Amino acid sequence: MEYQWNWGVFLLPSAVNDGTYLDWMIAGLQTTLLLSLSAWVIALLLGAVVGVLRTVPHRGLSGVATAYVEMFRNIPLLVQLFFWYFVLPELLPTAAGDAFKALNPIAQQFIAAMVCLGFFTSARVAEQVRSGINALPRGQKNAGLALGLTLPQTYRHVMLPMAFRLVVPPLTSEFLNVFKNSAVCSTIGLLELAAQGRQLVDYTAQPYESFVAVTVAYLMINVVVMLLMRKVEGLVRVPGYLGGK
Amino acid sequence: MFGSYEFDWSSIPGSLTFLGQGLMVSLEITALAIVAGIVWGTLLAMARLSSIKPLAWAAAAYVNLFRAIPLVMVLLWFFLIVPKFLESFLGLPPGSDVRLASAMIGFALFESAYYAEIIRAGIQSVPKGQLAAAHALGMSYPQAMLHVVLPQAFRNMVPLLLTQAIILFQDTSLVYVSALADFFGAAYKVGDRDGRLVELVLFAGAVYFVLCFAASQAVRHFQQRLQRA
Repeated sequence: MEYQWNWGVFLLPSAVNDGTYLDWMIAGLQTTLLLSLSAWVIALLLGAVVGVLRTVPHRGLSGVATAYVEMFRNIPLLVQLFFWYFVLPELLPTAAGDAFKALNPIAQQFIAAMVCLGFFTSARVAEQVRSGINALPRGQKNAGLALGLTLPQTYRHVMLPMAFRLVVPPLTSEFLNVFKNSAVCSTIGLLELAAQGRQLVDYTAQPYESFVAVTVAYLMINVVVMLLMRKVEGLVRVPGYLGGK
Repeated sequence: MFGSYEFDWSSIPGSLTFLGQGLMVSLEITALAIVAGIVWGTLLAMARLSSIKPLAWAAAAYVNLFRAIPLVMVLLWFFLIVPKFLESFLGLPPGSDVRLASAMIGFALFESAYYAEIIRAGIQSVPKGQLAAAHALGMSYPQAMLHVVLPQAFRNMVPLLLTQAIILFQDTSLVYVSALADFFGAAYKVGDRDGRLVELVLFAGAVYFVLCFAASQAVRHFQQRLQRA
């Protein structure tokens, strides 16, 4: 049986008459982008805080930060996702759990996915931030303290401005990973790119076209992010370091 | 602090055999993918470093392609699309179920792209003089790679390869999309059957955590010993 290629399938009106199949793909792409970018913001904020805490000379604080990182790094993303989506709403105080369950299903999926990806990625960001801080020459911290700055001041004015710049290149691959990991969120029914691709297979019986389109979309995201990050890396490069590394 | 949820762990003890079987499936997939990943990854790494340009480009394209798409997409490709293609291409009878085998192969092909990058870095970490010395001793290129370069490269890479193995073990939970009863799939099934998803997801998370944490601590310990040696 010869396969009938038909790229025109994307322009056909969808089976439920809410636009074309191309509109489905675009909606999926939007969800993927929105989800990944909002998760990335959470990851950067949390990751910066936790990464800094891992380096402070205070056993309690660095212990908590280490536990945080180990926790999110040693449990598969899928399990974490199911935790945020199926488990946590049951364990929250009744009012909060009910409020979550009263949201429309799409909002529930999106929030759970965003928080999950954000926390999952933040542990990885924290590791990069920590190694960025540890890569600084020890003299910088000592010099800050010798000038009479307090430890928080030394972090704020001496170490972090350098460390955050050094950490940008290794963060590129984490940024790429957020987009790739967002595909896991199709498992809780969130209609992002991968899920739309799968849905199209069921609706159109043109599996190759829809999968090729989704794959190309991921490749494009990858290329755009890499070009973007190359620009950012150029902007924050520290003179005197090899390639800003 | 918890809501009114009442835990009931009673569905776990009776399902331990089933969950254990699931864990075995996860470990089998992990082992298979590690072996395939290292073998195929080594070949890819050598191809990528080869002086034959088209070969190097092809390997680079392969590695970059697989590293740019999500694992979920790769698994769906190999679970939904490739079997259909094989059926029509090889003329298999429509009933023959190649989907699971296909998903497994997809998983191994995906992971080998990541192994290839680790191994490439490992090979590049071996000083050039080693290869030159091997050639000077009259070894051919394959002999030099096999007996001189790769053994040293692998020794340097062991911690990274093991860390990747832990990531790979976590990745196996994603074969969930291909309906294969791995550990997480088994836990989900039990939870779904008994209406105890909360307990089973927590249990699965705890098991993964204990296994992966112990393994990563062991790797760290091993790495420190290696550095001191």
